[in-house]
Amino acid sequence: MAKAQIALTVNGKTVDALVEPRELLIHFLREDLALTGPHIGCDTSHCGACTVDLDGKSVKACTIFAIQANGADIRTIEGMAAADGTLHALQEGFREMHGLQCGFCTPGMITRAWRLLQENPSPSEEEIRFGISGNLCRCTGYQNIVKAIQYAAAKLAGVPFKEAAE
Amino acid sequence: MIPGAFEYHRPSSVADAVALLAKLGDDARVLAGGHSLVPMMKLRLAMPQHLVDLGGVKDLKGVRVEGADIVIGAMTTQHEAITSELLAAKVPILREAALQIADPQVRYCGTVGGNVANGDPGNDMPAVMMCLNASYRVRGAGGERRIAARDFYEGAYFTALEPSEIVTAIQIQAPPTGHGYAYEKLKRKIGDYATAAAAVILTIRDGKATSCSIGLTNVGERPLWAEDASQILTGSSLDAATIKKAVAAAEAITAPASDNRGPAAYRTKVAGVMLARALARARQRAKA
Repeated sequence: MAKAQIALTVNGKTVDALVEPRELLIHFLREDLALTGPHIGCDTSHCGACTVDLDGKSVKACTIFAIQANGADIRTIEGMAAADGTLHALQEGFREMHGLQCGFCTPGMITRAWRLLQENPSPSEEEIRFGISGNLCRCTGYQNIVKAIQYAAAKLAGVPFKEAAE
Repeated sequence: MIPGAFEYHRPSSVADAVALLAKLGDDARVLAGGHSLVPMMKLRLAMPQHLVDLGGVKDLKGVRVEGADIVIGAMTTQHEAITSELLAAKVPILREAALQIADPQVRYCGTVGGNVANGDPGNDMPAVMMCLNASYRVRGAGGERRIAARDFYEGAYFTALEPSEIVTAIQIQAPPTGHGYAYEKLKRKIGDYATAAAAVILTIRDGKATSCSIGLTNVGERPLWAEDASQILTGSSLDAATIKKAVAAAEAITAPASDNRGPAAYRTKVAGVMLARALARARQRAKA
């Protein structure tokens, strides 16, 4: 099938590309743009490792075609840290709270939590758990991921983070 | 997994979409949110030669009031339905049901129209729409028609929709102010389809149910409107004996598959339990 021209913004940079209609967004990001932060986990729309932010929505990049993203504004884990390398509050939170073990789910977790905190800057623990329910982690048991997101929410709000008693 | 090759079309109007479908015939599939179709294409269980993406048709978006009715554009996402203040105020069962569909990422993309039109008995919105007595606005090469949700579903993935037709909107007469509602769903985990689920809308006056309507999800080849159970409860005081009778009537119309959600007999019983819970919660919420 003929390739089609698409133009989109990825992590603030304009990208023009030719894509085959059947090329999934995750393959476009990883193989054409060499953005290998978003991972291919289950490849069946369940695990959320491929999550990217697209026009204000968290989406599973394995379940959308690149051609559908024509004109879109996309952010991946590569676009989280500041230009000088300063980590985003969420990245810092995952480091400080040990929110990862193997790290495979982390880019998707952070990208999803980034959108969650924009919609709800001070979520309860229950809201965090519901909000990241489309992202699977097989290592941590989620406890420290929730803490990492709470850490980031506190930091972004400029209030001290108090770890809940266990 | 890489889907088979296809040609991509992105019409900007309903008329263009319908004309494309008429021209391309059986080789074309409509793409809405894509979260049922794209996984099927990746497994090569679906291999359309043409995809007609409705994502660029602005007329299919949004929730609005038309006269006494609420109209939901088919391409309204579950996320948009959940955040719609109009729906929360007028038809709150939709928000409750949408929040139980899949997970956040899927709800950002998945559409209400796709959910009702796909004909998958595991989808949650069809039984809710049957419960609400909603109708679907449908456009095809031959013009526009309306199909009642209760007449729409013929079998698993078989609906009253012709191949060249698309659902453009869902039209709902809002239930009366003060109605009670609930959508109760048992699932094994977030993102799963229902083992069984029940939708209830009822109104209560002077301790009696003046109306009651029940829909059931994923306990048959089609979503079900439990007409007999609804009738048994209408006019009753929702006493334990009548509820028991209605639950038995609802269970009697189920024919679930035995699968890894459980054996058929278990899923039938779960449907009854979901119905009893939904009735209790709807009753609690109803303002007499």
